[in-house]
Amino acid sequence: MRKTLIRTAAVAAALTFLAACSGNETPAAETTSPAATETTEPAGGATGALTIWVDENRKPAVQAAVDIYNKTNPGVTVELVQKNFEDIRADFLAQVPTGEGPDITIGAHDWLGSFIVNGVAEPVDLGDKVSEFESVATQAFTYDGQMYGLPYALETVAIVRNTALADSTPATWDELIAKGTEAKTKYPFVINTNGTTGDAYTYYGLQTSFGAPVFVQNADGSYTNEIGMGGDAGLAFATFLGENGMKGSGHFSTDWTYDVANQEFADGNAPYTIAGPWAIQTFKDAGIDVAVDPIPSAGGETAAPFVGVQGFYLSAQSENKLVANDFLVNYVATADVIKALYDADPRLPAMTVVADQVASDPIVAGYLAASKNGAPMPSIPEMGDVWEHWNAAESSIISGAATPEAAWTKMLTDLEAAIG
Amino acid sequence: MTTEQSLTAAVVGDEPPPTRRSRQSHARAWDGLGFGFLAKLALMALVNALGVAAGWSAYVNGAWVLLGVMVGLLVVADWVYFSRRPVPLKYLFPGLAFLAAFQLFTIGYTGYVALTNYGTGHNVTQAQAVDALLSQNEKKVPDSPTYPLTIVEQDGELGFAIVQDGAAAVGTADQPLAAAPDATVADGVVTAVPGWQVVPKNQVLSDPALADEVLALRVPISDTAEDGSIRTGDATIGSVYRSVLVYDEAADTLTDAETGVVYRATDDGQFVAEDGTALPVGWRVFVGFENFTKAFTDDTYAGPLLKIALWTFVFAFASVVVSFFFGLVLALVYNDPRVRGRRVLRTLFILPYAFPAFLSALLWRGMLNANPDYGIVNQLFFFGARIEWLDDPTLAKVSVILVNLWLSYPYWFLVCTGALQSLPGDVQEAARIDGAGRWRTFQSITMPLLLVSTAPLLIASFAFNFNNFTLIYMLTGGGPRFTDTSATLGHTDILISMVYQISGVAGGRADYGLASALSIIIFVIIGVISALMFRRTRQLEEVN
Repeated sequence: MRKTLIRTAAVAAALTFLAACSGNETPAAETTSPAATETTEPAGGATGALTIWVDENRKPAVQAAVDIYNKTNPGVTVELVQKNFEDIRADFLAQVPTGEGPDITIGAHDWLGSFIVNGVAEPVDLGDKVSEFESVATQAFTYDGQMYGLPYALETVAIVRNTALADSTPATWDELIAKGTEAKTKYPFVINTNGTTGDAYTYYGLQTSFGAPVFVQNADGSYTNEIGMGGDAGLAFATFLGENGMKGSGHFSTDWTYDVANQEFADGNAPYTIAGPWAIQTFKDAGIDVAVDPIPSAGGETAAPFVGVQGFYLSAQSENKLVANDFLVNYVATADVIKALYDADPRLPAMTVVADQVASDPIVAGYLAASKNGAPMPSIPEMGDVWEHWNAAESSIISGAATPEAAWTKMLTDLEAAIG
Repeated sequence: MTTEQSLTAAVVGDEPPPTRRSRQSHARAWDGLGFGFLAKLALMALVNALGVAAGWSAYVNGAWVLLGVMVGLLVVADWVYFSRRPVPLKYLFPGLAFLAAFQLFTIGYTGYVALTNYGTGHNVTQAQAVDALLSQNEKKVPDSPTYPLTIVEQDGELGFAIVQDGAAAVGTADQPLAAAPDATVADGVVTAVPGWQVVPKNQVLSDPALADEVLALRVPISDTAEDGSIRTGDATIGSVYRSVLVYDEAADTLTDAETGVVYRATDDGQFVAEDGTALPVGWRVFVGFENFTKAFTDDTYAGPLLKIALWTFVFAFASVVVSFFFGLVLALVYNDPRVRGRRVLRTLFILPYAFPAFLSALLWRGMLNANPDYGIVNQLFFFGARIEWLDDPTLAKVSVILVNLWLSYPYWFLVCTGALQSLPGDVQEAARIDGAGRWRTFQSITMPLLLVSTAPLLIASFAFNFNNFTLIYMLTGGGPRFTDTSATLGHTDILISMVYQISGVAGGRADYGLASALSIIIFVIIGVISALMFRRTRQLEEVN
């Protein structure tokens, strides 16, 4: 009897599994049948169904947006599917072509390049509302003159200062180190290097102060696919990394991972660090008072850290594009919803009105100021090929495993080969 | 191990006594209270209901292969459980169904992907690629204003009514936008046009067929096509767009309307112009065995592949041998009745086995940090010296094997203790009477008998370590990186972590085709080695 039960359950499971996992050419029933389209009368709103992929942190935020939307559109069933943020990019690429993907997904703007060459993202027309968003945010979601998503939040890194150890952040790197040394702590400055993997993202503000952007930018801020890290400017930055690395003055170290750097800073072992808003809570929990300031210049030019933009992508294979577009353009892209998103998960709002509203918090204001200096992280397809080589080159220079010239030149050669 | 044991138990174990042929199974027909029969009917009804539901949804979606598989499985299931004859199948069928779903399907699909160029830039079908290219290249005319837009209908034909500088204009796909002075405009939106019926936005949104029509509708703004046309994405605002690419389905070409360049579909799954420039979005095509040759001939992969394959063998072999012998020695020592507190000690030895491997690997990664301030190993055991355990190519390999030893010796300790305790005492006693010393007894009696029961486990462990992705990924991430190649691979990468890197799941450029081809190569290697070694172990069993 028990055997039969197990056996039958097994058969049932196998059958449902087959039903769920196959059908590569056509979407399965669950995703396509617009729930009860025929039976429900449009009572003051549209009817239909939307599937949105969200990560754990943003689920309450998006749920808040959906609640506002459902007040006027009770006939639309919105299903939020919770996924790991790290999995969303690859899953969206794999599932959209099969028709199994969502209508909308949350995502980072630097995925745009791969979404373009893989043909999975649909352009979104915000109309006149474009001007209501920070230009760095709309720029980030624009590729070849078209916008492919709705930006809603910004994030960037900046100098985080322990207010008990230093009263201000100087404007240049040398002054920062001098002031940091005066604090007589274990280190004048710590930074996340992601161990020996390297972390070009966190170091990027220092790099741009040498005038060596990762890709050359057009006048309108969009990126070409020409590497900008070559030449004297790039080499000057590489030399700077070497001088401050473990064989030099030791202000940078590959022993520092994200956790180690944050721990040292939270323990009061350094007055300055470069960190993003996501680390602030750790510092507050450790009981230290922090302030956020723009990154000082090491090479003479303005330090422009990467600005990452979070937003919503629309699937190219969505069966409910009109409803999805309506949801994004006419509901999410309003001050109320962007504020609700901020309240549920505080990231810098990409809508100017809302950003001004929340700027009363000094930390938020500090990051907003830093983001004004920043440049959007390139979203061109070539960007995906850069990270590994770039991180590894910086790591080997900082650890002293290779000379700055050798490591930087090899990186440039590898990048030329990878990008072609 | 458990399957191995249960299988042996099933084969060797207690043979059921010959059943009374006259008494049929109580699940066959109504008999006595009939519970068995009723339960079987209910369960089969459930299976059939699920099967029909799944088959129906496959039919609705036109997934014919799936429909065939579903119907086939259902028919076979009903035949197996309602017919008298296929008694063995009654036990085997669920397993076979699982085998088909979880193993054969996966293997088949991996094989299929290995023969394609599936990966970044070749992610979709050709039809989807064309759609994507067309929509990416239908560009908003610079400085086009955004018009408030209303959907209107006349004799079944859809049109847009827009408000331009306060005045209404109406048009359809065939009739360019024309002023409609008698239209009613309220709050900047057209609410009524004589001769036209306004379609409310909610009606458009609620009707998928109508929504598709609205999305596809392009209303030219003038008689000249180059001026562009109005389109809408959300049925409330419209802007002027111009198509840059034109698709010719018959010739399978895309033509750039502005420059006149013609892009032809090639066998590589891309649209390529005369001068070799290609459009970004490509599609999946069959490339035959190109991926298999690419792994060995491509400059970026050939060198690292050889090194990584060699290291994979060394790693898998060394991990098994080192941890087996360490576990065996401990088992021998703690099997001796003279050791006090054996139970407690044995429990303690098993502890590393009780932690999840990925957690232990992460802990070790932290403990082996080169900086003695953060790495406890250097701080406690090496007098605060700076030893780069995970950053030096040779030391990193040693560290990986040592951590794996720590993770897996408890397993061998357990297995060997069990095997030692079940060894027949009489044989050892006979050896002692024959005057064999301790070493001789171990060498000639204990070890061969032990190997009979542990050799299959050794092979299984080799196969497991060959693909021990968790340890490599969590401990070193494959690093330190190779410096003599531009491939993003490192000295401790094993084949499976190389496949992961190439698959692009973690980011970067994806090449599922090549990754699948490499997986198949790994599968073949492990299959061949296991087969050879199992043949060898049969010789061991002859000592019995």
